[in-house]
Amino acid sequence: MDDALKAPSRRAFLKGSAAAVAGSVAAGAAVAAEPDPLITELQDWASSLGEGVDETPYGLPIKYEDDVVRRNVPWLTADPISSINFTPIHALDGTITPQGCAFERHHSGAIELSKPDYRLMINGLVDQELVFTYADLERFPRENHVYFCECAANTGMEWAGAQLNGVQFTHGMIHNMEYTGVSLRTLLNEAGLGAAGDLKDKWVYVEGADASSNGRSIPMEKALDDVLVAFKANGEALRKEHGYPVRLVVPGWEGNMWVKWLRRIEVTDMAVESREETSKYTDVLADGIARKWTWVMDAKSVITSPSPQSPITHGPGPMVISGLAWSGHGQITRVDVSKDGGMTWETARLGRQGDTKALTRFYLDTEWDGEEMLLQARAMDETGYVQPTKAQLREVRGENSIYHNNCIQTWHVKTNGEAENVEVS
Amino acid sequence: MSKFLKVTAAALVLGSPALAEEKFGLGRPALPEEVAAWNKDVLPDGRGIPEGRGDVFTGEEVFAEQCAVCHGDFAEGVDNWPVLAGGFDTLGDKDPVKTVGSYWPHLSTVWDYVNRSMPFGAAQTLSPDDVYAITAYILYSNDLVDDDFELSHENFADFEMYNKDGFIIDDRAETEYTIWSGEPCMENCKDEVKITMRASVVDVTPEEADEGADGAMQGHSEGTVEVAATEQAAEPEAEVVETAAVAVDPELAAAGEKVFRKCKSCHQIGEGAKNRSGPQLNGVMGRTFGAVEDFKYSLVFNAAAEEGRVWDDESMSAFLAKPKGYLKGTKMGFGGLKKEDDIAAVIAYLRSASE
Ligand code: HEC
Ligand code: HEC
Repeated sequence: MDDALKAPSRRAFLKGSAAAVAGSVAAGAAVAAEPDPLITELQDWASSLGEGVDETPYGLPIKYEDDVVRRNVPWLTADPISSINFTPIHALDGTITPQGCAFERHHSGAIELSKPDYRLMINGLVDQELVFTYADLERFPRENHVYFCECAANTGMEWAGAQLNGVQFTHGMIHNMEYTGVSLRTLLNEAGLGAAGDLKDKWVYVEGADASSNGRSIPMEKALDDVLVAFKANGEALRKEHGYPVRLVVPGWEGNMWVKWLRRIEVTDMAVESREETSKYTDVLADGIARKWTWVMDAKSVITSPSPQSPITHGPGPMVISGLAWSGHGQITRVDVSKDGGMTWETARLGRQGDTKALTRFYLDTEWDGEEMLLQARAMDETGYVQPTKAQLREVRGENSIYHNNCIQTWHVKTNGEAENVEVS
Repeated sequence: MSKFLKVTAAALVLGSPALAEEKFGLGRPALPEEVAAWNKDVLPDGRGIPEGRGDVFTGEEVFAEQCAVCHGDFAEGVDNWPVLAGGFDTLGDKDPVKTVGSYWPHLSTVWDYVNRSMPFGAAQTLSPDDVYAITAYILYSNDLVDDDFELSHENFADFEMYNKDGFIIDDRAETEYTIWSGEPCMENCKDEVKITMRASVVDVTPEEADEGADGAMQGHSEGTVEVAATEQAAEPEAEVVETAAVAVDPELAAAGEKVFRKCKSCHQIGEGAKNRSGPQLNGVMGRTFGAVEDFKYSLVFNAAAEEGRVWDDESMSAFLAKPKGYLKGTKMGFGGLKKEDDIAAVIAYLRSASE
């Protein structure tokens, strides 16, 4: 780890953090040298008046939080219209992602489709092909569930090595919201599946209303299990970038299947094998053969703080290591944390027992001795699956699959509190 | 899908808050015309494809007109836009080149995707014959057919793609889940740990992120560059009107309209023109650079706007000849017009169409 210490710190914010560490070491001393003017002097806000109600009819985060925003990696795609950005997970806590900073992925841009203009068609092998309006959907029994939505390409840039220096970029193609909607099963039942005959080999093809006409084939078993036709997220209408007014929620399965601006549901007797399930979202193995229909997002976790964008800004002593864990197979049952690159592990505390197929927050309340750390987290889910290392993943899949990289991530925390994305032996 | 039947039965009986058999009588029957309008997907066995035909030669023309700006004349891909041809036998290499030819397992996917999703910015505007022709041309540019090939609904289902056997169904349950499970190691899991790679060496993290993190460390940073630039850009609207006065040669403008097909996938012009991936171009001649208020320009365009640079014949000719040479850093993903005549014509068209 010696060479690590000499690595120059290129980034301005890292200098900032080093200074902050020095400052707070002093401030951390048990005795204050001088009285704190923030306490002893009358502050403006304690004397004059603040803003009245209605100043911002729809409230936004206070200006001090204006760096907690989605960010894009421009070199990834040719054009921002068909592109992706990343959730600032380094700056969030708990599990719910506010809609305004939840990552976006569009194939032909985010469209504006109003509720009055919205139509949903069910066609194909059903007893009665139907058209619903938005108002119709609101008259079916509704359900509420919290689910994570992860793009299959999350962490995809890291297959060949440590690339992007920030958890927002390595793991930010994910969000977690509470959805309100109608079960897809209810809508399929409304159209009637008698015409489909034996349901075992049937599929549901779902398609969006935007110009990309993004469509995916979902096996009937999943369609009748927990798929939701959702119109609210975190209590309010979906944002346009997430498919207003109606999107599909496919719990535990890759984000591309969560079709936005959902306009059509077709019952078929085979997979359509659309572009998004052949050219994309298939995983090339080392021998050039590709896996298809790899829908489930396997268990994964990552430490969000400390991390490159969220360095340690205090001196040695009590600290909280925090992160997120999730599994497309069900609940997270345990998360272990290592400070030495995987030689020894401690079991972290779950903030709250997570919901199935939803983000779970974990904390390791610990002491920092001021020394370097190689931080890792390792998730386990209810099936007994243990999140693999990068080496384990590469052994089975090679380095070319782009998608479904759920490897253990390592952050190298230096003595000044800075953290860097690294790979370890 | 072995546990399928059990799950379904349980789901239908117990899962829903409503009884499964119960229907609500909501919605209305879909009319045949409505289903026909939306039900466009084509299945791997060819079901769903409309009748029609198109040959390689026609396809080459349509492709040059509608697709080549992004995908290249030979489907080789311009800049960062997708490559559609070549890459054969690279799938097992370090950086596989996955194209329609080297990777796609079904011809139906090509026809279906081009028909429903391309050209980017003008989806669903191609006729079935054009889609047949383009598909034939993409096969030709991949050396999969000869130049006299014609594709039609009749021979469509018989065509076998190069990589049709290149896929297996998700086998993680056998190859991974069984291995990566059980009680994991907690102590002495390895003898030593070495850093083998670090992100700062590759250094591809967007600078923006630094600024953000910087802000986080030093507290709130006042109004961003972007906001300032947009305000600047908002002003020059008034100048736009004057330019219409320049006399335009109608013949030249008509020729320019043809050239403008190369621009259409990204730009609109004329009444009701909206921003697409490029800004709307109404009154662009005589307009300040980067002046469309609600369009997000690149930094060079914002800088040019700030300097108050105005589009005239000279600047427009230079820009259209070599966009990236003239304004380094522009995000206009277009290689440039090679012929001076085309440039003069399209400028005349830009003037006339804005009138
Ligand atoms: C303005 C640029 C642009 C034009 C013009 C354009 N495309 Fe595309 N094309 C794209 C982009 C961007 C994508 C990727 C879209 C995505 O990922 O959602 C794409 C994807 C494709 C793909 C899939 C590539 C893959 O490997 O998955 C095909 C096939 C394709 N285009 C064909 C065409 C054809 C045929 C035309 C002309 C009729 C055309 N495109 C016109 C930008 C363009
Ligand atoms: C692949 C998409 C694409 C194509 C094709 C394209 N453009 Fe553009 N164009 C853009 C984008 C994006 C910008 C904004 C540039 C920036 O911000 O750097 C732009 C900017 C411009 C501008 C400057 C507008 C302003 O408000 O200052 C002009 C003029 C222009 N394009 C003309 C053309 C013409 C003429 C053609 C065809 C010969 C063309 N473009 C083809 C995407 C495209």
